[in-house]
Amino acid sequence: MCQVDEEYNGQLDHRVTPRVSKKCVKCKENTTVLIIRAGDAFCRGCFKEYFIHKFRAMLGKNRVIFPGEKVLLAVSGGPASSSMLSQVQEGLSRDAPKKLRFVPGIIYIDEGGASGQSMEERKRTVAQLESVFRATNYHYHIVHLEQVLSLPSSVLEAGSSATGKPPTGSSYKAAVDHFIPTRKNQNQHPDLSVENAQSHLSNLSMQEVQNGVTSPITPEHTQALKRLFASVRTPTAKEDLLHTLRQHLILHTARTQGYTKVMMGDSCSRLAIKLLSNISLGRGASLATDTGFSDPRHGDVVIVRPMRDYSSKEIAYYNRMFDIPSVFIPGLDSKAQDKASIQRLTESFVTKLQTDFPSTVSTIYRTSEKLHTACPPQNTNTQLSAKCLLCVCALDTKLEEFSAYQATLISEQLSQRRGPGPEFTPGTTAAPGSPPASSAGQGHSSGGGQSQGCETGDGGCCSSAKEPETVDLKSLLCYSCRLTIKDMTALDALPQYILSEAERRRSQMREEISEFLLDEEEDEAIPRVNGS
Amino acid sequence: MMMSPASTHTDIKRRSPLSEFRVALKMPVLCSSCAEKRAVLKRPKTAHSLCKECFFWAFEEEVHQTIVSAQLFKHGETVGIGASGGKDSTVLAHVMKVLNERYNYGLKLLLLSVDEGITGYRDDSLETVKRNQQQYELPLKIVSYEELYGWTMDAIVKQVGLKNNCTFCGVFRRQALDRGAMMLKVDKICTGHNADDVAETVLMNVLRGDIARLRRCTAISTASEGEGVVPRCKPLKYAYEKEIVLYAYFKKLDYFSTECIYSPNAYRGHARTFLKDLEAVRPSAIMDVIHSGENLSVREGVKMPVQGTCGRCGYISSQALCKSCVLLEGLNRGLPRLGIGKHHRLHEKILLQQPLTQEEERKLKAVDF
Repeated sequence: MCQVDEEYNGQLDHRVTPRVSKKCVKCKENTTVLIIRAGDAFCRGCFKEYFIHKFRAMLGKNRVIFPGEKVLLAVSGGPASSSMLSQVQEGLSRDAPKKLRFVPGIIYIDEGGASGQSMEERKRTVAQLESVFRATNYHYHIVHLEQVLSLPSSVLEAGSSATGKPPTGSSYKAAVDHFIPTRKNQNQHPDLSVENAQSHLSNLSMQEVQNGVTSPITPEHTQALKRLFASVRTPTAKEDLLHTLRQHLILHTARTQGYTKVMMGDSCSRLAIKLLSNISLGRGASLATDTGFSDPRHGDVVIVRPMRDYSSKEIAYYNRMFDIPSVFIPGLDSKAQDKASIQRLTESFVTKLQTDFPSTVSTIYRTSEKLHTACPPQNTNTQLSAKCLLCVCALDTKLEEFSAYQATLISEQLSQRRGPGPEFTPGTTAAPGSPPASSAGQGHSSGGGQSQGCETGDGGCCSSAKEPETVDLKSLLCYSCRLTIKDMTALDALPQYILSEAERRRSQMREEISEFLLDEEEDEAIPRVNGS
Repeated sequence: MMMSPASTHTDIKRRSPLSEFRVALKMPVLCSSCAEKRAVLKRPKTAHSLCKECFFWAFEEEVHQTIVSAQLFKHGETVGIGASGGKDSTVLAHVMKVLNERYNYGLKLLLLSVDEGITGYRDDSLETVKRNQQQYELPLKIVSYEELYGWTMDAIVKQVGLKNNCTFCGVFRRQALDRGAMMLKVDKICTGHNADDVAETVLMNVLRGDIARLRRCTAISTASEGEGVVPRCKPLKYAYEKEIVLYAYFKKLDYFSTECIYSPNAYRGHARTFLKDLEAVRPSAIMDVIHSGENLSVREGVKMPVQGTCGRCGYISSQALCKSCVLLEGLNRGLPRLGIGKHHRLHEKILLQQPLTQEEERKLKAVDF
């Protein structure tokens, strides 16, 4: 009753408890050990096959990972990403012709500095994870969140993709066909042979890993990071900022180490929650890139989400039954109350709703599949200034049609001190004709530039000296990143690369309009006219 | 007086040093707009402290800006205001009247009301509408389900039960409003849907997976082509529900404030609770959700319904029979589940007056209380 496309084929007539069949529905021989959904009872072997098959089907259907590519696996230690890691191992080890062919690397980001863990706890967690990673024999990188403070500002620029246009199905097939014979011929070549590449890399990994782990994190770095997060007032904005910084770190690592793809371990349930909380945060324009299978916003590095078809339940069962190692690491939102942040609130809402309406998560997931971005961000023709500084998505703050954003601007303007303008006072009916002109003028001027609104409010609330900086940064951000920045008290706590990139873009904009700008001294001599 | 509970956390960032100084000295906070009078309320939308007059002015100005910028009306049109007697439609009627005179829209306004036949709820709210008619001096027309369809909501609930009755009420009301508007030769209908309603609808459509509605629900006015269709708009689309209540309270407007007695079981309740919680965490969340909804776009190739006309009554419909004909047929034949869920194949049969098979009848009779 709560879904649009539901058919009632006599199910409602039989209101008995669903019968649990004793035999697996697939092979019909072995006894069932678990039930995924009502009516889907599997035995151990069939479940394993079903699980593994889904992973390869997801990669195969979407055909974005080309053979021989270097792929970075983002592992957080949690069940979903650990499961992804084991699936990759599974897929690469099989000797079938349909074996996965890419060169994996692992990245783990230690966020203990932001979530308030002590150095000993962090070292312990890292040691646990390292033992897991070493067992896989893949090259791995342990990166601390403090390193975000020393990133270059090129991280915020979208690189161009290697081929220039998105790869089509036929070119994928051609690439695969090419790969197999060459692999047979050049078995000793370290680049193409995955096994050799692995051993080659594992020889390197000892030195590389030294660099990754022991890159010096002084207590000053940790302090600076703590200061950054302390300057953010609300938990919602904290989580948002953490997510953005994490993305930047992963991107940087991928770029410097030569990875062209990144695999994230977001499960179906987590993506449904992410979709709803992104809608609540104002990220409607970039929903498709944030929750879709592939995320091409950075251009040269594409983020894929192969686990998006698995519900948390399936992953939990699999991990338990097949002993997949995972490490629990408390994050920013552990032990937080239900109403602490928007993300936490959405998580508890969806989970509760799922118990009453079991199809909630899959319905939301299907909705996300039908969306696409309003303005595709991977278009390399899009100027840099049209992308958000922090999340690298296309800006969604155009003021063409009357929209919610414009309405908010008008409300702000109307609630603050009105400048010396309209003769119209509240409570009196003015002559028709003149009030519309003046109020329309005010309305349009507020729509034209947010900075004007702030300046006229000199008796109001935004008269602090920090205001010009906020205004500068705001014009470079998308709608929801603006909300995050609004919650910050000290903008100079932001990492240097963000501030310098913002300055660079502002000066670029200034250059473009330099011929129309008047000198500062001249400007003050002329009394400013509002609303023209 | 209703104050948003979250206003305390936005409180800090919104106060200027001057007003903090005043608060420290226990002096009254001044209105942030005129800085003369004492502030009596804090706006839920922007957390500014305002005096009464400035709040009225800001609220009315915002609705005016919405109307002008979205070009909702043309000079000389006849506009029907969907009036239920509740706070949204009362405030809408009041503000429309005020703005019509103040800015000379040149509109002819009248009140349109729908009587669903819910005892204890609708008959009381209709009394409020009749009082509004006298207070605002606007002509009033009441259409009732009884005279249009031959069924009251009470009778429907007796047949259908408590779970799917909202579907019947909503579908019938839409057509009832259009029929009433056509009887009075109205050019446009405006309804009192506020920002909270639109945000709830966006969330609900995502939860139900209704892509077609998701695309349309944030539009401020509906399409205006087609026979038998009166375009409608939502001038209050960007007004928070809390601000509407504040406005009605301070202006001492007469409205009916009880919830429909059948509403607790609706699915929309979940979306509503979620939205209220969101607002408590971050007051701008309502506008953020609407912003997200406006910027959504659907991929090409996704199946969308095509607008056509109903085979029986000629009303607009995307199927062979419009939803209200299907529902009505189900009620009249004692098959209440006809219309809940998809029964395309049965539409043709009903249209051609063919009898349904034994199996189909049995399925449609099952009632879920």
